[in-house]
Amino acid sequence: MKSSFILSEVFGGLKRNFSMVLSVVLVTFVSLLFVGSAILLQMQIGGMKDYWYDRVQVAVFLCPPDSEAPTCAEGEVTEEQKESIRADLEGQDLAAYVDEVHFEDKEMAHRLFNEQFAGTSLEGSVPQDQMQESFRVKLVDAEQYEIINEYFSATAGVEEVVDQNKLLDQLFAIMNVATAIAVAIAAIMLLCAVLLIATTIRLSAFSRRRETGIMRLVGASNAFIQLPFVLEGVIAAALGAALAGAVLALVVHFGVAGWLQAQAAGFELVSVGDVLIVTPLLIGIGIIMAGVSSVITLRRYMKV
Amino acid sequence: MITFESVTKSYDSKAEPALDDVSFTAEAGEFVFLVGPSGSGKSTVIRLVLREEIPTSGRIRVAGKSIVKMPTWKVPYLRRSIGTVFQDFRLLPNKNVFDNVAFALHVIGKSSASISTLVPDVLETVGLEGKQKRYPHELSGGEQQRVAIARAVVNKPGILLADEPTGNLDPATSQDIMDVIDRINRNGTTVLMATHDGEIVNRMNRRVIELADGVIMRDEERGSYQVGA
Repeated sequence: MKSSFILSEVFGGLKRNFSMVLSVVLVTFVSLLFVGSAILLQMQIGGMKDYWYDRVQVAVFLCPPDSEAPTCAEGEVTEEQKESIRADLEGQDLAAYVDEVHFEDKEMAHRLFNEQFAGTSLEGSVPQDQMQESFRVKLVDAEQYEIINEYFSATAGVEEVVDQNKLLDQLFAIMNVATAIAVAIAAIMLLCAVLLIATTIRLSAFSRRRETGIMRLVGASNAFIQLPFVLEGVIAAALGAALAGAVLALVVHFGVAGWLQAQAAGFELVSVGDVLIVTPLLIGIGIIMAGVSSVITLRRYMKV
Repeated sequence: MITFESVTKSYDSKAEPALDDVSFTAEAGEFVFLVGPSGSGKSTVIRLVLREEIPTSGRIRVAGKSIVKMPTWKVPYLRRSIGTVFQDFRLLPNKNVFDNVAFALHVIGKSSASISTLVPDVLETVGLEGKQKRYPHELSGGEQQRVAIARAVVNKPGILLADEPTGNLDPATSQDIMDVIDRINRNGTTVLMATHDGEIVNRMNRRVIELADGVIMRDEERGSYQVGA
């Protein structure tokens, strides 16, 4: 009886304040959309780190025929130089740092190049004999790239040592900036949502002051008087959060999984499964935000 | 049932207090009129009994409980033992007679079963049988006040507070309302009624407490109105 009475009050309120409730839903939706995007971006960064840091970390590029690097003054790398570099990489000095080494010859580099750019204009654009040979080194600790770099800085036959993580780190930096922007927008929008919920609750309480006045007079408990208002805010915010989750799922399904995944070869992007993990979090944030702001508002504007 | 001990209430520390060192006791089942000009403190007494206000100093006991230091969460339970009617009825315009009375029971968590027996009973007590489906705008002022009284006493409170209940009604209708309140009092409910209506006070011949500028001027068993006499 009690709960059905409260529910009828709640839905009465939602109907009466339809435009305000709709604005709460929309503002919550937009703010949580940014929150969700920020979380998904971070999940993507985490996933990419796991993927890449496990793989080749440092590439020791060997001299091609016409390199201008000082260590390549003698022309294309010779077989003896290759053997000596391999011996160094697998030798005692670097044993503590190097985990795995493999040699990538021109044929393999060509195949990987074409795989990576399959379907684009770059596919097949570089002939096999122009590909560069390299040693791919996996480090024990990804941070110790500098040791390998210094070790080979003056070695004849080594054109350049490239820390591939550095390229990734740039990408991660961009994604972190994007996350920060999303978080900043989300914070502003969340503040808007909190203020809007407070205003909506005040209006709602004002339009029902007759009822609440009588309720106080006949001894209804505070929880009973305030619950419909709190639920009104919470339901609106939860709807907004669910909507944000649904839109994120659509974007990820069609945009990321459907389109971007086809473009980005090799590694996994965020999936609808990730959105399903994020959505309950968003709904939780929405409910807590609306609950807290409406309880505070009611404490200020509805006396006992 | 209601005890004030040296109760002082100031709304503004600079101005004269609304009530100044007021003490009285209304026993269970008693009928007490509060009379006095506007601003004499009648409504403040009503609000203090309801604990809508807290006295600046002094002690108040209502229905056996000291209410000054009562924690906020207990106040609703105090109010369940008090029925209140006002000059302006305070009915919900979008609910019919039955639902207006039932509302008071719904919001304190009564079951539908008890509501469906309590409401018709109390509507009969106040003389509104057969008008359950009417809306407030379809009723006369006297009938609306009967609905308000029904709502105030449907939960069988020990105390009925009435703040100028006949203030908006003509003399004949006022007398009908007084008959209803008198009947409720005879059933054992303590009544504390603030009023301007001298004729009613004189006719009822009950205890009268006269307030002026927040001070009790007289407190008479079987008193009459004579404000400022």
